[in-house]
Amino acid sequence: MLTKKQLFTRGMLDISPHMLSVIPFGIICGAIGVELGFDPYLVYAMSFIIFGGASQIVFLQLLSGGASSLVAVASVGIINSRHLLYGAVLSEYLEKLSFIKKLLISYVVVDQGFAESNKFFKKNRNEEFLHYHLIGTGCTMWVCWQISTLSGIVLGSFVPEELGLKFAIPLTFIAIVVQDLKKLDHVIVMITCGLSSLLFFDAPFKSYIIISPIIALFVAAMLLRLKK
Amino acid sequence: MTITAIIFAGILTYFTRMTMIALISRDMLGDKIKAVLEYVPSAVFPAIIFPGIFINDFGTFIEMNDPKIFGALVAIIVGYFSKNIIATISAGLVSYWFLIFVVFS
Repeated sequence: MLTKKQLFTRGMLDISPHMLSVIPFGIICGAIGVELGFDPYLVYAMSFIIFGGASQIVFLQLLSGGASSLVAVASVGIINSRHLLYGAVLSEYLEKLSFIKKLLISYVVVDQGFAESNKFFKKNRNEEFLHYHLIGTGCTMWVCWQISTLSGIVLGSFVPEELGLKFAIPLTFIAIVVQDLKKLDHVIVMITCGLSSLLFFDAPFKSYIIISPIIALFVAAMLLRLKK
Repeated sequence: MTITAIIFAGILTYFTRMTMIALISRDMLGDKIKAVLEYVPSAVFPAIIFPGIFINDFGTFIEMNDPKIFGALVAIIVGYFSKNIIATISAGLVSYWFLIFVVFS
C-alpha cells in the first residue's frame, strides 16, 4: 500500500514529461492574450479562473474578433465539455471521497492529468488513497500553467514563433494514446474521432471537440456489440 | 465586462469538471456504459491531435507534404517503441525542425 505522499509524488512524476509541451504552450497563450490587446491582469485571471489551455486562447480570439461575450462563454463551455467524459471515467475511482473533496479535486482535472492518472488507476485499483495521484498530476499542471502563462504575459512571446512549438501539443497527446495502437478496436475509434474532428472542424462554437468523441464512442459501442 | 464573461466561462468549465465526479454516482452507470467509457482516451484525444497536425493557424487544411505530417509519423514510431513521453515529443519536434530549417530552407 502506497502512502499519500508516494502517490502524490508518483502523479507529479507521471505528468511531468508533458510539461515539455505544456510550458511553451502556456507562454504562447499568455503572450497571445497581451498581443490581442487585453489587460494583462484579465489574461492572467483566465489561467486561474478557467484553467483550460486552448479554450483560453479561443475565448480571447473570439472577443477580439468582435464576437459577443455570450458566444465566447458558450465556446469555452463546449470546448471544455470533454471533461464530462473524463469525470465519468474517474468517478469510479473517486466514489469513496466526501462530497467536499470531490468538489475540490474537480478543479484540477485536466487532459494530461486525466490520461496519466487513469492509466495508473487501472493498474492500481486497490490503493486506498488513489486520488492523491490525481491531485499530484493536477497540481503539477496547475503550477506549471500559472507560471508559464504568467511568464508569457510579462515577458511576451520570447519563444521564437519560427519553432512552431504549438506542434508539441498534438505530439504530447500522441504520446498518450500511442500504445493503444496495438489494439485494433482502439485504432478504429481513434481514426473515427480524428476524421470526424476534421470533418466537423468548422462546426459552430468549436463543437467538433465534443461531436467527434461522441461519434467515436458510438462506434466503440457498436464494436463492443460485435465482439460478443 | 470581460471579467464577468471570464467568471461565467470559469464557472461553466468548473461544472464540466465537477458534474460527473461529484453529482453522478457510479452505480447510475450501467455495465455497458462502463465498457464504452474504457474508450474515452482513444475517443477524445484524436480530436486534439488531428486538427493540431492537419489544420494550420488559418483554419485551412495543410498540404500533404507538410513537415508536421512527417513529424507526427516519427513521433508515433518513436513513441510506440520507446514508450517514453519525452522521447516521443522530442523526436516529433526535432524531425519537424529538421525539415523546416534544413531541408526546406
